[in-house]
Amino acid sequence: MVSENSLFGPLDPAPDAGYEDAPPRVGFFTDTSVCIGCKACEVACKEWNAVPDDGLNLLGFSYDNTGGLGADSWRAVHFIEQPYGVGNKSAPFASTPTGPSGTGPAFDVTAAGVRALPEQDRLGTGVETSHEVAEAARQASGAQPQFLGMPGAEPPGRGGGAESRTDFRWLMMSNVCKHCTHAACLDVCPTGSLFRTEFGTVVVQEDICNGCGYCVSACPYGVIDKREDDGRAWKCTLCYDRLGAGMTPACAKSCPTESIQFGELDELRERAQRRLEQLHGAGVSEARLYGNDPEDGVGGDGAFFLLLDDPEVYGLPPDPVVTTRDLPDMWRHAGAASAAMLAGVAVAFVSSFFGRRR
Amino acid sequence: MSADDAGEHRRAGGAPAEHQVGATPPGGGRVPHGDQAARSWEFGRGDGRRKPRGGGKRDESVMVPDAEFQSYYGRAVLKAPVWTHDIAIYLFTGGLAAGSALVAAGADLTGAPTLRRNLRLTCLGALGASTFFLIKDLGRPERFHHMLRVAKPTSPMSVGTWVLSAFGGLAGAAAVTEAAPLLPRTGLLGLGRKVLPAAGSASGLAAAAVAPALATYTAVLFADTAVPSWHEVYRELPFMFAGSALASGAGAGMLLAPVTEAAPARRLALIGAAVELTAAHRLEEGHGLLSEPYTQGRPGKLLRAARALTLVGVAGAVAGGRSRIVSALGGAALLGGSIATRFGVFEGGVASAKDPKYTVVPQRERVDARGSAKEKRHSGIAVDEDSSAREG
Repeated sequence: MVSENSLFGPLDPAPDAGYEDAPPRVGFFTDTSVCIGCKACEVACKEWNAVPDDGLNLLGFSYDNTGGLGADSWRAVHFIEQPYGVGNKSAPFASTPTGPSGTGPAFDVTAAGVRALPEQDRLGTGVETSHEVAEAARQASGAQPQFLGMPGAEPPGRGGGAESRTDFRWLMMSNVCKHCTHAACLDVCPTGSLFRTEFGTVVVQEDICNGCGYCVSACPYGVIDKREDDGRAWKCTLCYDRLGAGMTPACAKSCPTESIQFGELDELRERAQRRLEQLHGAGVSEARLYGNDPEDGVGGDGAFFLLLDDPEVYGLPPDPVVTTRDLPDMWRHAGAASAAMLAGVAVAFVSSFFGRRR
Repeated sequence: MSADDAGEHRRAGGAPAEHQVGATPPGGGRVPHGDQAARSWEFGRGDGRRKPRGGGKRDESVMVPDAEFQSYYGRAVLKAPVWTHDIAIYLFTGGLAAGSALVAAGADLTGAPTLRRNLRLTCLGALGASTFFLIKDLGRPERFHHMLRVAKPTSPMSVGTWVLSAFGGLAGAAAVTEAAPLLPRTGLLGLGRKVLPAAGSASGLAAAAVAPALATYTAVLFADTAVPSWHEVYRELPFMFAGSALASGAGAGMLLAPVTEAAPARRLALIGAAVELTAAHRLEEGHGLLSEPYTQGRPGKLLRAARALTLVGVAGAVAGGRSRIVSALGGAALLGGSIATRFGVFEGGVASAKDPKYTVVPQRERVDARGSAKEKRHSGIAVDEDSSAREG
């Protein structure tokens, strides 16, 4: 039940929400080091959950034509193309920097795409903007119009032998709702539509949601969103229906490389730790876990990740903190401001009040 | 900033160009892969519909990265609020309802009948508008009553729903009793004519007791989000909204009551304006990067306009003792200032959510300050370069 850590700090969410004899908390461990960007998770999620299409888009963000999570994208595979020194930063290559993403002419191209979106923050609405993207791409590369046939289907460095290799690497990550221990979306929901399941996950009840949109602003990861033509908020349910039947969520079931691993959270955290040590041992020193720490700003994520670069490179916030951590202090300040209002009115009227008595 | 400047800045601030992620050396090297699909798509579509936006001008706001921070194609980390301007209008009408209920209660206690009657009616009108805009902004307006399923202290919107419901009943009742003089002098209705004013006083005072909660909960509503520039200012925002509510209630009093009765409203206008302007100053100056959205672009213009209008209202309140016209103009300026304040705060927050800079930079600084940079990145040189890139 409600404890002192109910708003912030380590917590087992299901018992805190009032479940007695709750089953062990479950979640996802998404190991991006083995993700191949096949998007089977996206497809499986759409199929199982009957999520509507989010547009047939070509966004110009590498192979990411989903554009991130949203009301109609509950799994979204991100693609990052990076120059990256060979040798995994082992001693001879230690000084090879991992520079910031999104710079140079390629940045102009993607910026043009973003700029042209009707709402820069809206996702999955890029069809109309492809012309601008192409225009900027052509300007950036200085190329004359020519027919290219199919879009490039091979990653650089594939042709020929070692001499054609470049300093290129590709990061891929299947993003998903984090099912936070302290879920701001759930805490701020004014209708009780969002609720904590017995598995410790966070689910929207579509028959309750009235589309107030508060959860959208509250999520520190930019996951949940309002479906425009429907008016309600939607996000990953961690396949609540499948969990109830003892089945694995659709995305994890379909993942061919076991990049997405489903299981009991405690066990996943141990497994992630072992994988991290394995990678470090193999010289992949840039590997790090994200969202696994119960002491972090959201009390740890139910869906956490192994990343190969800083979180912000993948579009993840580097250090999210649940907004409700400060809620008691907010109410205190509102109380002080309320008292100040009453005092102000009293001061303004006091002389009239006594003037009337005289 | 021109496009060339932006490019210069990137090169100056970031790591060497050949190491930049996604960077292509100008005039050579690899073709960025992201554009291949885009280019062939263009020829697939031929000269299809093309909508140049912003007259072909480069919107530099999208060019923000400047190598000071990393992002995923410059895209926002957060979802921008889906709330429309309906909510900004509600901030104003809710504040006006609270402010006018307080002024009406004061007028009731000090014997200023015109001020009392007109502000109770103003309050009723503002309440109606508030309810309308709140419900209109819902994705499923017909389900507005689902708000009443639960009472959740962790949800400022739930708290606000109950505050507004309680306030609405009380303030509405107080306004309705102003109809008492229209009743006949005799009979059962004549009794109502005698009883109603007392009932109106009671409910009007009760409404005034709830009013500060109505005026300030909206600040918690905004602050209790992941929107960087709303959350960051959670200490100032309640005072800003409280001052704005008082100023708008006082402004309505100056506008709608004779100068003799409006003297307390003029004093209240000074108090409200002082609180609002002080809080606004701290909001705009005291939070470094996260104050920036409140000083730039449309939010900046709106908040500057709000300050100017409020100062005009203050002048009207100071000089309005002798002239009804000056008083009324000052009151109108205060109301305008309150509207501009609400829109400015609303749009400032939305702007901060749309730009990944305001999400990533403060969080990255936090991480680095904790010293975890050295734990998480195992190359000391890379850390140095990255942090100098950010500082530059």
